[in-house]
Amino acid sequence: MALLKESVVAPAPKTKLSVEKVGMTFKRDGKSTPVLENINLEVADGEFVCLLGPSGCGKTTLLNAMAGFLSPTSGRIQVDNEAVNGPDPRRIFVFQERGVFPWLTVEGNIGFGLFKLSRAERQQRIDHYIKMVGLQGFEKAYPPELSGGMKQRLEVARALAVNPDMLFLDEPFGALDSITRLVMRGELLRIWEAERKTIIFVTHDIDEAVQLADRVVVMSARPATIQQIVNIDIPHPRDISSTRYLELRDGIFKQIGLAHKI
Amino acid sequence: MNSLAEPRKWERFFWPLLASGLLLALWHFSVIWTATKVFPSPPEVEKGLAELLRHHVLWGDIRDSLRRVVYGFGAAALLGIPLGLTLGWYPAVNQVVNPVMQILRPISPIAWIPVAIIFFGVGDKASIFLIFFGSFFPIVVACINGVSNVPSVYRRSGRNFGLTPPQLLARVVFPAALPQILVGLRIALGIAWLVVVAAEMIAVDSGLGYLVIDSRNSGKRYDLVVAAILLIGVIGLILDFGFRRLEKIRSVRWGFRNEF
Repeated sequence: MALLKESVVAPAPKTKLSVEKVGMTFKRDGKSTPVLENINLEVADGEFVCLLGPSGCGKTTLLNAMAGFLSPTSGRIQVDNEAVNGPDPRRIFVFQERGVFPWLTVEGNIGFGLFKLSRAERQQRIDHYIKMVGLQGFEKAYPPELSGGMKQRLEVARALAVNPDMLFLDEPFGALDSITRLVMRGELLRIWEAERKTIIFVTHDIDEAVQLADRVVVMSARPATIQQIVNIDIPHPRDISSTRYLELRDGIFKQIGLAHKI
Repeated sequence: MNSLAEPRKWERFFWPLLASGLLLALWHFSVIWTATKVFPSPPEVEKGLAELLRHHVLWGDIRDSLRRVVYGFGAAALLGIPLGLTLGWYPAVNQVVNPVMQILRPISPIAWIPVAIIFFGVGDKASIFLIFFGSFFPIVVACINGVSNVPSVYRRSGRNFGLTPPQLLARVVFPAALPQILVGLRIALGIAWLVVVAAEMIAVDSGLGYLVIDSRNSGKRYDLVVAAILLIGVIGLILDFGFRRLEKIRSVRWGFRNEF
């Protein structure tokens, strides 16, 4: 009864991002290499989607196209029913930790995109996000003085500070050690639950995808097509030794064609 | 002490001082052993230096040399940095200008002395022009390289946050290229100091370069010649040392090795 009522009251989730029949071909030295083929994907507002696939399959290319840094050879990409034609402060791309500016302090980096705000507002936002990512005490520090995990959190804070609708994360934790990586996943989920941004997260780590995403988009090797979209129907916080978790994870392992033994 | 340990404080001063002392001693005894009548020994040079100071010409010469460097190098930086940034920013323009620059660049500024004298006559302007010419190209080239070496992640981040191209240049490209620009400026300052001495030997009648040539011409005063030469070295060292302090500024320190 309660279930029925909820499905009547809750509005259908709004589509944030739609990718229609997108294809991408790179031309180099007169040779053309197809990278993406017939990609179709709809992402709802506030959804956390992982793009998962082998290295070099074209996940990052797709992410770049979604963010407006590349235009697809065919098909179309829309955000809020508007065609994407170029990067936009409403949608921030986070590069591992390489994107933080080494010539600015932690505060300077977080405030970088806030040049349109008044001084007081800017400072307020900076303080808020410094606290959110746990960089208190490092306000005046420069990035080379920070650890990899701190730089990563700094870049996420800088992205969130401009209050975007969407975040594009390109293997953001790829360069971190495995312990920091686990901590960062927890942090990202905490922030996502607090701010409910739409997140597109590229990874080649199956566990990472299943731990984080609402849906995992499994991509094939180049030219990348979408092999399968897996719904991860486990509520957060996820028990990573539960049967459902292992079931979903093993399903993706099989889909990618990996033996689950080493 | 192993080779990885930091040298102790007294050692950092002791060994260089000892090396300098030994060199001075070698110089001193070489003069005695060869019984040369022309080349002065260290005490004679010291007396020469004292004589220069007594006659109050020295400070004037130092001031003149430094003034020429400040004007020439300053003009080169003021024009060279914007030009270099522009050329780095618009590779198409750079392709047009590059051949001319590559031809002008390897020419020693000394070769321009006759040209400078035709244009400006014997005087300050000629030597300032030569210093300008010598330090201009290293600055421009450093700026071009600095801009084109800015990692694309930074530019993309800047664009993502909605910066207009002028904002991108000012807030991302320039600070990202600044360490390399500083290296270029430092090289250019070194060249400026080399050129001012050469220019003053020919194109003017004051300054440390003039002091060297004048001491030789008026009575073969080699004690004064060597005193002036040593002074040129010391001032050059101070200039370089002062400039290197800029590399310690925190917003550029990331671009230099061994800082973290």
